[in-house]
Amino acid sequence: MELTKEEEAALKGERGETLQLAFRILVATGEATDAEKLVPIEWAHVSGVNYNTIGDAGEEFLSNLSKNAKVKVKTTVNPMGYDIDNVSNYNLDEQFIKKQESIRNSYEKIGVTPSFSCIPYEIFDIPNNGTQVSFAETNAAIYVNSINHLKTNKESAFSALASALTGKSPYSDLRKNLDSPNLTIRMKLENPNELDLGMLGFFAGKIADSSVRISGVNDMDRRSCKSLCGGMGTSGRCGKFILEKEDNHSEKVDFDKKEMQKVYDELNTIDSSDLITLGSPQLGLEELSDLSMMLKGKSFKKRCMIFCPRAIQNQARKLGYIKELDHAGCEILSDCCTCLTPLIDKKDIDGVTTNSIKGAYYLKNSNGVDVNLKSLSKIIHEETK
Amino acid sequence: MTLKIIVKGKAKGKIMKSNNPINFLGAVDKKTGIIRDNKHDMFQKSLKGSILVFPHGIGSSVGAYTIYSLKSHNSAPAAMICTKADLSVVSGCALADIPLLIVTQDKYDSLKDGKEITVDTYSEKIL
Repeated sequence: MELTKEEEAALKGERGETLQLAFRILVATGEATDAEKLVPIEWAHVSGVNYNTIGDAGEEFLSNLSKNAKVKVKTTVNPMGYDIDNVSNYNLDEQFIKKQESIRNSYEKIGVTPSFSCIPYEIFDIPNNGTQVSFAETNAAIYVNSINHLKTNKESAFSALASALTGKSPYSDLRKNLDSPNLTIRMKLENPNELDLGMLGFFAGKIADSSVRISGVNDMDRRSCKSLCGGMGTSGRCGKFILEKEDNHSEKVDFDKKEMQKVYDELNTIDSSDLITLGSPQLGLEELSDLSMMLKGKSFKKRCMIFCPRAIQNQARKLGYIKELDHAGCEILSDCCTCLTPLIDKKDIDGVTTNSIKGAYYLKNSNGVDVNLKSLSKIIHEETK
Repeated sequence: MTLKIIVKGKAKGKIMKSNNPINFLGAVDKKTGIIRDNKHDMFQKSLKGSILVFPHGIGSSVGAYTIYSLKSHNSAPAAMICTKADLSVVSGCALADIPLLIVTQDKYDSLKDGKEITVDTYSEKIL
């Protein structure tokens, strides 16, 4: 990879340890993806905020980094472990809160926007088509590449952080205008709901390379689209999909009932639950509006946790949606999400019902709780009175 | 070229080989390095000190922190060898100083589970 004189100097450590570290990461990721140079980016979205995911090593790393690091471009951040407004309702130990607050302080010190959201594409203005950004958080990288026509690698927590500190990222394949995936997934199921599309994403992620074409899916609402992105990001390294008719040149694989059943059987591990979670990705304003309509006059028969960004909760409160959700018995949580939440402990919870494929994977593998998969309409139909 | 050096270094250890990709955030315990995904073919094995040979990383971008955490807890693999680059694995290894190589499929197929090897990026060799 070709570096400018300035980049070369930073890599050698002539601009301080922080930038040397950042350039070491950018050079490694650039070499690995055959990038010929670094390009400027306008917006970084960083993951690795939840203490439950990054642990003591991550907390210490960020604390040291924050002593003399500053972001060079607009930088937004992923969810953390809890919502400070209601954390006292959950049995979380003080040590966790202390470490989480340290992580929050470190990020704020280096100058990030404290968004604590995995759906930055629903709460910030989207730049012009083709703008180079650097998004960790897999659902968001896939979403902005595929739907918003921005350009990002499927960044890691460290590569996006390195981009935030330098304003640069390797010019890898997803950043170029190479829209010819070598694989087409043919969706064979008619009228899929968001759960079906999440499973399609999970299936596609497993077999696709860095991008994939999907045929047989026409219009997706935002909920379905987010579900597909979440599923795809969980199972693979694919960072972009293109919805199109079949292309004669690429390899074709069908996603039919049988394949969908396989994904379902892999992720659905129990038939009952004591808790429902909605969100992963966090819910946006349209979804909260839909939900408040669907729940009119109803209430949940068991606990239901709803995750949404702080900014969305504030808007939803003004519009009266939160009142409806409160009536239905929902627990509304901001700044955090289902994935690796410390608020669900296998000591207290045996099974969780969710419509999130991404949530299901991490609930099972990281939290160690069993998962019951249901679409939102089925959840409303069967779990409310 | 049968191999590409992503993170430099020298390491010796036993090959631990999986033909399944790894989601570091979901599948690996960040302190012990033990695989906790019961659907993974390395379930309950520890990555510590191994020359970890696997196709590539998948899933969460935070997997990079898992790799860094493994190193901090002395539970990390001594080196990693993949066939494809995933930015979580690449950046995690770069920050944690774990030698990382990308190899061709033929070279990958020739690496046998359990064999004692030395990875030396300075002489560009796997011995």
